[in-house]
This record gives sequence, C-alpha cells and structure tokens, in this order.
Amino acid sequence: MTATTDAGAPERVLHDCRDAWVATLVELAEADDRVVAVVNDSVGSSKLGPFAERFPDRLVNVGIAEQDMVGVGAGLANGGKVPFVSAASCFLTARAMEQVKVDAAYSQHHMVLVGQSPGMAYGELGPTHHSIEDLAWLRTIPGLTVAAPCDPAETAQVLRWAAAHDGPVFVRVARMGVPDVVPEGYRFEPGKAVTLREGADVTLVATGIAVSRALDAADVLAAEGVDARVLSMPTVKPLDEAALVAAARETAGIVTVEEALTSGLGGAVAELLVTRQPAPMRFVGVPDTFAPTGSVQWLLEHFGITAAGIAAAARDLLGR
Amino acid sequence: MTVDEDLVPDVRPEVVPDDAFTVLGRAPGEAPRAQVVAHLTEAARLVRRRDIQMVRAAGLGHIGGEFSVIDILVTLYLAAMNVSPDQLGDPDRDRFILSKGHAAAALYTTLAMAGFLPPEQLGTFMQPLSQLNGHPARTKIAAVEASTGPLGHGLPIAVGTAFAGKLDGSARRTFVVVGDGELQEGSNWEALMTAGNHRLSHLCVIVDRNRLQQGARVADTNDLEPLADKLAAFGMDVVEVDGHDHGALLDAFADVPAASGRPTAVIAHTDKGHPISFMSDNVAWHHKVPSAEQVAQALAELENR
Repeated sequence: MTATTDAGAPERVLHDCRDAWVATLVELAEADDRVVAVVNDSVGSSKLGPFAERFPDRLVNVGIAEQDMVGVGAGLANGGKVPFVSAASCFLTARAMEQVKVDAAYSQHHMVLVGQSPGMAYGELGPTHHSIEDLAWLRTIPGLTVAAPCDPAETAQVLRWAAAHDGPVFVRVARMGVPDVVPEGYRFEPGKAVTLREGADVTLVATGIAVSRALDAADVLAAEGVDARVLSMPTVKPLDEAALVAAARETAGIVTVEEALTSGLGGAVAELLVTRQPAPMRFVGVPDTFAPTGSVQWLLEHFGITAAGIAAAARDLLGR
Repeated sequence: MTVDEDLVPDVRPEVVPDDAFTVLGRAPGEAPRAQVVAHLTEAARLVRRRDIQMVRAAGLGHIGGEFSVIDILVTLYLAAMNVSPDQLGDPDRDRFILSKGHAAAALYTTLAMAGFLPPEQLGTFMQPLSQLNGHPARTKIAAVEASTGPLGHGLPIAVGTAFAGKLDGSARRTFVVVGDGELQEGSNWEALMTAGNHRLSHLCVIVDRNRLQQGARVADTNDLEPLADKLAAFGMDVVEVDGHDHGALLDAFADVPAASGRPTAVIAHTDKGHPISFMSDNVAWHHKVPSAEQVAQALAELENR
C-alpha cells in the first residue's frame, strides 16, 4: 500500500509487519521441526493462514483462553518444542501476565511471546483493545527480552534471533503500516541501538513504529537548522546503555518516542540516565491516560506521535 | 476456627531431633507387588518424618497439604514413573509437575528419597539463597519440570508438555498434581478443555482431594461437586482412589494411557495432615508450624505405624 505515515511526510510504500512475521515463522518452521505456533483463536488476526496450511499439526489453537495459551507454550518448551505464542498484545500481556511472569520469564523457557497489533493499532475499538501498557509492564519483568521492531526486515530478524535464543522473548509485531527503515545489511542485536542519523544538537530515541516518525522529525528539524541524532532502540529491555549515555553527553538532551505509555521506553531511558548521565528529556507517547477512540492515525496525531509532534518536543527541549 | 494462630512460633531448630534420612530409592522393578507397596509405605513414612522437621526448622511450610500429597508423590517417583536421576536429559522421560507448589517440601523430600537431590540439601529449605524455595523452581533444581506456586499454572503447562509428546509420537506420560481448592482457578478448566478436545491420552491429572483449602472446607468456599462428572464432561477418564493407598495409586497410574484414548483424571481422596491425629482433616493445619512438642508427637505416631 502507498500512503503517508503522517501529515507532511513523504509518500512511500508502507508494510504490515504481520506479513514478515508469518513468512519468517514458516521459514523457521521449515528449517526446524521444533517450531510450533500457539494461538488463542487468533489465526486470522495473527495472519497465520500460510503457517496453518503448511503445518496444520504444529498450530496449537487453545481457543479464547490466554492463560492456558501461555502455560501450554511453556509446557511445549518443556517438551522440547520452540513455541511462538501469538495473540493480540492487549490480551497476551494483560490477561496472561502471571503466566508471562512465572511460566515464561521466571522459568526461563525458550519461548517467544508475539504481541500482535500492539499500541493503538485497534484504535477505534477503544482502550480495552489498545496495548499501550505492554512495554511498561514487560520491561519490569526480570529475564525477559522486550523487542519492538520498526519495520518488516527488523521484525524478521528479531524473530530469527528469538528462535535461536535460549530464553523468553516478547516481540511486538506492528499491524499499522510502516515504511522500510533499517539499512541494507542491518543485523539485529538485543540491547544494541541503531544510529539511523548522526546529529550533534539533540537525540531522538524511538522504538517500534515510532522510529520512522522520528526520522521524519529529524528532516523537519534539519530544515530549521537543528541537527538531530536518531537512535532506533529495537529492544526496550535490554537498553543500549553506552549509546544512550553517549547521546546524553554529546547532545543537548533526549526525546523518547513510542506508540505506548511513556513509562515504557521513556521511563526506561530516564531511569538509566538519571544515574549515569543526567540530561534534559522529553517524552513523546501516550501520557498517563486511556486513549480515546479513533483511528490509529488519528490517535497518533492526537498524542503528537508524528514528525511535527516529535519536532515540537525537540524544540521545547532546546528552548527554541 | 482460627487458622492464623501460631503461624510462625518460636522456632528453635536445635530442638528438632536429628533424623538420619535414609535414601531408599526406587522400588525394585521386578519385586512382587506386596514388596513394592511395603517399600512405598516405608518411604512415605520417612518422607513425612523429614518433611515435618524441615517445616519446623524453617518456621514455614504447608504441612497439611504436604502430608495429603506425599503418598501420591512417593508412588510416582519411586515406582510409577519412568524417570531416574541419570535420565533427566532424556526427552522421553515421564514428566511430573506439582501444580500445588506450596507443598514444595514434600516434593523436595520425595526427590531426595528417589535420589534426585542430595539429602543434606533438604536442610537448606527456605534458608537465604537456598535452591529450595518455598515453591519449586525449575531453574534451581534439575528434576523440577515446572516452576509453580501461583495456583492454576501447572495443569496448562502439563497440557503443553503432553501435547509436545503427542506431536513427537512419544510414549512418555505427563503427571500433574492439582489441589482440589486449586481447581477454583479458571485456567485449569481452560486447560482441561484443551486436554479433552485434543485427546491427550498420555496426560494424567491427579486431584489431591483433601476437601480443605486455606481457610475453610472447599465445599463451604466455592464447591467443586459434582467433580467427577465435571471432569468426565471435559473429556477425562475419571478414576477415584484412596490417595493414601499406594497399591490403588499404582494401579491407577499403570492404566495411563487409558485404552479409551482420553486423558486420565485420578481423584485421589486424601486427608490434609494425614495420618497425624491432631492434624488430619483439620483446617487449622494449612500452613501452621508445629511446636517442638507437636513434632515429637507426630514423629512418635509415625514410628508406631
């Protein structure tokens, strides 16, 4: 599809990262017969059709039962499988939080929790179906890797890494359209930021679908003579401490950007910098509120998770 | 009846009798049934002796639910299950999950009795930095298949483990013990639906039916009856046994997988605190810690059995 990511941004091809998710899962399953999918009836919304067709026996559909789903995933891991447990992020995290904590993270099982349609992807359906809390909740759980890839290529790489990583991983898979972001030859590493743009005045740190928007904001700022660095942070946990401390030292401050409560990436970065390299910060995301109803594009505009909104936060930080 | 009294009494570990814990190991495979049952009976007696002393020394524990489940654990680990300490990496080993994780001391003591844990490690139960938490953790003890503690977790995990075995065409079996009060957690019924619908024949769900939960009788709290009918309606083959009768438990476990192709549910009728006169079927003994005098009396009663 072709559309703009937000007002004023250039026209470009946008992708649904779920297509990369299912293509990668099929590829992983073909290479390793331990790979199984576990779902809560969400075969359609997880876009698992191609996997279901190719590997009907390896699709474990427990029905609308998220606690069972995550527990069954842990049991499959105990039985030698590599389970990808996939459900709408709002239900996977909130309904099954104790299973995520105990059965996946505390148990240190090799399993991948795939949060579909996260953030405000289900905008019009209202706050019950938004998953703006997931990054903030999950980053507090010890032993869990929390990833929010920014485009299809990074989504595929995170999933391949998680398939080989002997431990629990949560991956947000975006539904709303995103452009290609990561450079050719990019290689995902957990806890490793990607410097998408060098800059000396201010640093924009973004995760997930917000990364392309931060890049657009840097263009807006460049036109005004502001030289913004853009760091993509594909994992909210672990963070790239060195890159953040350097950014705090070398630029005037940090603007975090996420399609989530600002206690997710923003809170994590603030907690790090306040002890290591205190710096002025601004937080772009959803403040301490349930989002209203509206399309995801409307909600992103509403909360200023746009090139214009991010640029405004940077200007505010710089006192311009 | 109050259950809060004397939760953590004045604990003086030095007054706990020194107990030489004898590791009996598995019952001899080819032995006559009466000899196997005698082996399990003696093992259960020694496990109870050690368990009550561990709880007394730690000043914490769930003695009532431990004494109700010990005969089940001993029967599984010392006779029924195909698993041994040198076989923990074997994908085809039988699996056991203690979903009622608060009975951890009973599991640890049984694991030591079967040779999965050094007996001297039992003395660290709930001490700072011990691997023997108040609830079992798979990352801390190799023989523990699932970390449990919050109720309603073990059965879904067991369903996943059994599902993996089915996918692999493995003959291995998965046994899981749930408390009866625990069945008030809805996640169990989600898992039972999955087990029944997928005909996980190599799954055996054992209900430790001691009729008591923390503060009252299950029947007076949120009743489970008709439990056997419910389990059957969810697709289980249901067997009811005396959960303190090692022979009956052996027979029930030997029938897994059932010829019907359905998963098995064993309702094991037990008494909390069994067989100690002042604890048995007494709601006060959910997590009460015995005094030194009560430990002495319990040990004397166990001696005379």
